[in-house]
Amino acid sequence: MDLDWDEFIVTGEPFILAGQIAILLTTIGIIFVLTYFKKWKWIWNEWITSVDHRKIGIMYIIASVLMMIRAGVDALMMRTQLAAPNMPFLGEAQHYNEIFTTHGTIMIIFVATPFLIGLMNVATPLQIGARDVAFPFLNNLSFWTFFWGAMLFNISFVIGGAPSAGWSAYMPLASNDLSPGPGQNFYLLGLQISGIGTLATGINLVVTIMKMRAKGMRLMRMPMFTWTTLITSLIIIGAFPILTVALGMQTFDRLWDTSFFTLQDGGMPMMWVNLFWLWGHPEVYIVILPAFGIFSEIIATFARKRLFGYTSMVFAIAAISGLSFLVWVHHFFTMGAGPMVNSFFSISTMAIAVPTGVKIFNWLATLHRGRIRFSVPMVWALGFIPNFTIGGVTGVMLAMAAADYQYHNTYFLVSHFHYVLIAGTIFACFAGTIYWWPKMFGLKLNERLGHWVFWIFMIGFNVCFFPQYFLGLDGMPRRIYTYFPEDGWFSLNFISTVGAFMMGLAFVIFVYNIYYSYRYQPRETTGDPWGGRGRTLEWATSSAVPPHYNFAKIPEVKDQDAYWQMKQEGIDPNDIEEYHDIHMPNYTGNPFIMSVFMFVGGFGLVFHWWSIAIIGAIGIFACMIQRSFSRDNGHIVPAEEVREEEAKIREVKANESGQ
Amino acid sequence: MKVDNKIDPKELDDFPGEETPLEYQTETGSYNIFGFWMFLGAEIVLFSTLFGTYFVLIYRTDSSIPPTEVFSMGLVLAMTFTLLTSSFTSGLAIHEMRLGNVKRMMIWIGFTLLLGLGFLGMEIYEFVEYASEGATLATSAYWSSFFLLLGTHGLHVAMGVAWFIIILIQIKMRGLNPVTANKTFIASLYWHFLDVIWIFIFTGVYLLRLVIA
Ligand code: HEM
Ligand SMILES: [Cu+2]
Repeated sequence: MDLDWDEFIVTGEPFILAGQIAILLTTIGIIFVLTYFKKWKWIWNEWITSVDHRKIGIMYIIASVLMMIRAGVDALMMRTQLAAPNMPFLGEAQHYNEIFTTHGTIMIIFVATPFLIGLMNVATPLQIGARDVAFPFLNNLSFWTFFWGAMLFNISFVIGGAPSAGWSAYMPLASNDLSPGPGQNFYLLGLQISGIGTLATGINLVVTIMKMRAKGMRLMRMPMFTWTTLITSLIIIGAFPILTVALGMQTFDRLWDTSFFTLQDGGMPMMWVNLFWLWGHPEVYIVILPAFGIFSEIIATFARKRLFGYTSMVFAIAAISGLSFLVWVHHFFTMGAGPMVNSFFSISTMAIAVPTGVKIFNWLATLHRGRIRFSVPMVWALGFIPNFTIGGVTGVMLAMAAADYQYHNTYFLVSHFHYVLIAGTIFACFAGTIYWWPKMFGLKLNERLGHWVFWIFMIGFNVCFFPQYFLGLDGMPRRIYTYFPEDGWFSLNFISTVGAFMMGLAFVIFVYNIYYSYRYQPRETTGDPWGGRGRTLEWATSSAVPPHYNFAKIPEVKDQDAYWQMKQEGIDPNDIEEYHDIHMPNYTGNPFIMSVFMFVGGFGLVFHWWSIAIIGAIGIFACMIQRSFSRDNGHIVPAEEVREEEAKIREVKANESGQ
Repeated sequence: MKVDNKIDPKELDDFPGEETPLEYQTETGSYNIFGFWMFLGAEIVLFSTLFGTYFVLIYRTDSSIPPTEVFSMGLVLAMTFTLLTSSFTSGLAIHEMRLGNVKRMMIWIGFTLLLGLGFLGMEIYEFVEYASEGATLATSAYWSSFFLLLGTHGLHVAMGVAWFIIILIQIKMRGLNPVTANKTFIASLYWHFLDVIWIFIFTGVYLLRLVIA
C-alpha cells in the first residue's frame, strides 16, 4: 500500500489534532520524568521485567485505568453530540462511527477484561496460599501482549484512521469495500495480539488454582473469588480460540482476498455474526463472573458473616458458564433465524436468569442480620445489587424473541448492557481495587472521598442510563449520530448527557483520591486492614505489602474462611518457628521484547508492509528460541533473609500499634 | 534479591524419587504438562471452529473448480501414512526416553523429524498442484476454508518440526535431565495431537468427498 505522509498521519480534525498533541505531550512528559528522576533502570528492573504476580496485576490495573480514560472521553464526546437535536459537535457520521467503535471495543477488551485479570493476578495466588502463579514468565508475556495489542489498536486514531464498523465488526460492513483504509486492520490485529495474552492468562490461572493451593484447601473451601477466577479461566480457554479464528478469517478476507464472509464467491456474512457471538456472549460472562466473585468476598467481609449458600453459589457459576455458550443467537433474533431457533435461544437465555437469581438471593441472605459496615467497597457492592437486577430484568425482556423485534438495536439495548456491564463489572473493578488496595500499596484509600465518588457515580449512572430505556421504547435507534427536534428525544437525551458528565466527575475525584491518599493516608501495617474482618488467606500475609514471596510459611487451611477460622482459634499464621529457603523465579525482559515484535509485525500487516511484518515474525521466533535455550531456574531466597525480612515487618507493626 | 543462582533442576522443589518418570520429576515439569493439556483444550476449540467453518462452506465452491476434480487421493494417502508413522516413531522416542536410552531416543526423534518434513513437502506440493489447477485461497469460500484448515494444520506441523529440532540440540548439549525430558514429552504430546487432527482432516475433508461428492 502506498501512502503519503498526510494520509499516514491523520490530519485535519481538531479532535485528532488535540489527541496527537495530548499523546505527544504525555510521551514527552513520561520520558522527561523518567530521565529527570533517573528511573529508567528502576522501571525496567522492577516493573517491565517483573514476574511478580502482584506487580503484574498492578500494571494491568494501571493500563486498564488509562484505557478507561480514553474510552470514557469517547463516551463523553458521544453524549455531548447527542445532548440536543442537530448538534454540530462531531461534524459527521463517520466520526461518530469511529468513536462508538473504539469506545465499545476498548471498554470490553482493554478495560473490563484486563482490569479483572489484574485483580485476579493480585488476589488469587494470595487467596489460595501460593507464592506466585504457575507460569510467571507467561504471566509477564500475557500482560505485555495485552498492552502492545491495546497500543496497536489505539494508534489507529492518529495513524491511518480508526475502525468504524462497531465493536462487533459485522461483515460486510467491515470489509474492504465498506470500510476502506487500515482502520479495521488495526481492530483485527490489535485484538488478535491481546487475545494471545488473555488465553495464556486463562491457562495460567487454571494450572495455578488446580495445582498450587495451600495444604488443606480443598476445591470446596476455595474463596468465592478464586472459584470465579477458575471458571472464568475455563470459559476463556473455551471461547477465545473462536475469536482467534474469526479474527483470522476476517483478516484474511481483508488482506488476502479470501471469501469467508464476503457477499460474492460463496462467502457467508452470517457466519461472522455467529462466530463473533459464539465468543462474544461467553465474553460477557468472562467479565461478569469475577465481578460476582469480588462482591461475594466483599459482602461476606463487611457483613461479618460466612457467605450464605456457598455450594449453591459454586453451582450457579458453573451453570452460568455452561449456559453462556448456548445463547449466542439472542444477539440476532431479528436476522431471520426462524421461530424454532429463536425459541430455543430465547428459552436458554432466560434460563440464565435462574442461577443469577440464586446468587442475588444468597447475597441478600448473607446481608440479613449481618453486622454491616458501610466501608467504600461495601457500598459499591450494595449499589451493585439493585442496579444489576435492573439490567438482568431488562435482559430477560430482551430475551423474549418476539418482543425483541421492538427493542433490538434501540437505546433499550444500550441501557441494558450498560446496566449489567457498569453496575456489574465496573462497580466490581472499583470495589475490588479499593478492597485490595492495601494489599497492593500498603495504605487504604481515603474513605470520605471514596463515598463521594460512589454517590456521584451511582446517581450519575442512573441519570445517564435509566432515561435510555424510555428512549429505546420510544424508538430511538442506537448508533445514530444525530436526530431531529420532531423526534421528541431531546429532553431524555439531555438528562442522559448530564448523568454521563456526573460519572466523569466521579472518576476525576477517584483519580484525585489516589493522589490524595498517597500523600496523606496513614500506612497500613496490620495486613488485615478492614477492621480485622478479613476472612480469606490474602489478609493472613505478614504485612500490608507482603514481600515478593507472599507467605514466609504456607499456611494450612482448615475451613472455607481460612483466616477467619485462624483468628477465632487464636492462631497467628505469621508465628513461624523455623524458616525455610524459598525458591522464586527470576525477572526477565524476553516477554516485553517479544510483544514489541508482535506489535511491529501487526503494524506491518495493518499497512500491508510485508517486510516489516516479516521483521516482526523473525523477532518473535528469536525470542522464543532464546527462551527455550535459556537456563533460568530462578533463585533461592535463603531462610536467613526471610527471617530478617519478617522481623523487620513485625517491628514496624509493633511500633504502629504502640503509638 | 536479584541473585542469579544456577541451580541443578533436580535440587528444586521436592524430588519425588526415581520411580516417577523424568519429565514429572520437578514441580515445574508437572505444571508444564498440565498446562499443556489446557493449551491442547484451546487447540481443540481452535480446530473445531475451523472444521465448523469448513462444513458450513462445504458446498460453496461458487463457480470455481470443485474439490472432486483436484483431490489426488494417492498423495493424501501417502501423507496420512507418513504422519501416522511419525506419530509412532515419536512414541518410540518417549519409550526409549523412559528407559534412559538417550542415543536411541534421539534417533527416533530424528526419524520423526524426517517424516514430518516429508509430510510438509508433500503438502506443499499438493497445494502448488491445486493452485495450478485453479484452486487457491482466494477462489471461493470453499477453497478459502479448505486452505485455512489445512494450512493451519500444516503450520502447526512446521512449528512442531522446529520445536523438535531445538529440543534435539538441547539434549545434545545438556543431556537428558528432567527439563529436557519434560520438553520432549510435551513436544510428543503435541505431535500426537496433530496426528489426531489429521485423522479428522483425512476423513472429514478427503474421504467425505468420495462419499458425498
Ligand atoms: C439475566 C442475564 C442477561 C440476559 C437475559 C441478557 C440478554 C441479552 C439479550 C437478549 C441481548 C440482545 C438484545 C438485542 O440485540 O436486541 C443482550 C445484549 C447484550 N448484553 Fe445481555 N443479558 C444478560 C446479562 C448480561 C451481562 C451480565 C452482560 C455483561 C456483563 C451483558 C452484556 C450485553 C451486551 C454487551 C449486549 C449488547 C451487545 C451488542 O453490542 O449488540 N448481558 N443481552
Ligand atoms: Cu449475549
